[in-house]
Amino acid sequence: MSSKDSVGGTLKVALLLCVVCSIFISSAAVILRPLQEANKLLDRNKNILAAAGMYDPAVTPEEEVVELFAQFTPRIVDLDAGEFLTETKLSSLGIDPTTYDQRSVQTEPEFSDALSGDEDIAGLKRRVRYATVYIVRDDSDAILDIVLPISGYGLWGTMYGYLALEGDGNTVKGIGYYDQKETPGLGGEVTNPRWKALWPGKEVYDESGDVALSVVKGGGQGIHQVDGLSGASLTSRGVDNMIEFWMGPMGFGPFLKNLTNN
Amino acid sequence: MSADTKSILIKPIFSNNPIGLQILGVCSALAVTTSLKVALVMCVALTVVTAFSNFFISCVRNYMPNSIRIIVQMTIIASLVIAVDLILQAFAYAISKQLSVFVGLIITNCIVMGRAEAFAMKNPPVVSFLDGIGNGLGYSVVLIIVGTVRELFGSGSLLGIQILPLISNGGWYQPNGLMLLAPSAFFIIGFLIWALRSVRTEQVEKDEFRIAAHTVAEASH
Repeated sequence: MSSKDSVGGTLKVALLLCVVCSIFISSAAVILRPLQEANKLLDRNKNILAAAGMYDPAVTPEEEVVELFAQFTPRIVDLDAGEFLTETKLSSLGIDPTTYDQRSVQTEPEFSDALSGDEDIAGLKRRVRYATVYIVRDDSDAILDIVLPISGYGLWGTMYGYLALEGDGNTVKGIGYYDQKETPGLGGEVTNPRWKALWPGKEVYDESGDVALSVVKGGGQGIHQVDGLSGASLTSRGVDNMIEFWMGPMGFGPFLKNLTNN
Repeated sequence: MSADTKSILIKPIFSNNPIGLQILGVCSALAVTTSLKVALVMCVALTVVTAFSNFFISCVRNYMPNSIRIIVQMTIIASLVIAVDLILQAFAYAISKQLSVFVGLIITNCIVMGRAEAFAMKNPPVVSFLDGIGNGLGYSVVLIIVGTVRELFGSGSLLGIQILPLISNGGWYQPNGLMLLAPSAFFIIGFLIWALRSVRTEQVEKDEFRIAAHTVAEASH
């Protein structure tokens, strides 16, 4: 029996292997981290630009993304108060608007609240207290674009996207989903440019200030209606629910009212 | 290149294909072949992992205690897979998002483990490395064929470039939605194996049993 098969030999090989492999993996992780973070940020920025109709992967070169995105100012909104968080509040919460990721804090009790069954129309289970919105202002400080993160359950999983509104906080500028698991060819068509082209120009609120924008089967001629996806009733309903939730009083409703009244 | 190393590289492509003959690694062949580009990246990732895991396992094969043999192999393979995943996230973010868990699942891909146990444990490092490349190529051939068929008929495009104009964009081609779902890969791989075995009849397996002749008298009741 050779020494490599003895208990001591086995332990020695196992220990050595673990040390070598862990050093290899940790150094790879540390060296590549900055590149990965940059990629993640670039990807998110592209999605925001795409929702606002300012980026098309087939046309816009990668290098322009940074420049285009520089127009956007990320701000953190307190959803209940419907107002921007002040600098002091931000630092006391430890939030940095450029890196705050509301998806990663959605399950943390100090940053989110559980939703009751009838509040939770979008199937989110928990709602974040603070959300990042992206705002473009012109030279005279008037708001041109507001990009809002939206999410909700579709057919197979939670869909994540952005809804871009014009400065009036009412007219839709565009919509885009960057993470969804809907059936390819049916619900997956939420990413189809032809369907997304139905959104710009629609209006979110009716005269009394209620959420009127909805996804309907067949037609979708009115200013508040968008034609649903054929063969994907549940995905369409998911989109409809998440618009109702995020534009309503639980979502960005109070914020948009405050913003446009000032 | 000697005839021997050449056969190590070439043999797994058609005559001893890991998917076609050994029916290993089919899971990922279903999951990542909806578009050709993703399939190509997966091929490169798997070939790199198989080659290097074979190489390193072969390097340490004489020092490996027999009782923890499999776990040592798994640790080496897992480290390589994590490294590949990290590199993809750093340099090909969009594709790594599409591949998602399937890069991680290379760890459990039977081809990698199978070659480590069957070849690298008994052969020197360089030959094992070539064997890893060869088997990776064998896997790649199947993935590329399946990926081409699925993307062309499922989305009417190849590598993201539209080849068949879709009806929804004003063309004439109605995409076959089945091609984008996993079952279609089973059909295509099935047809591939059928074609391969029709040409190379030595790959046809012998029947495991034969139905015995009917011996009981017909009107016995």
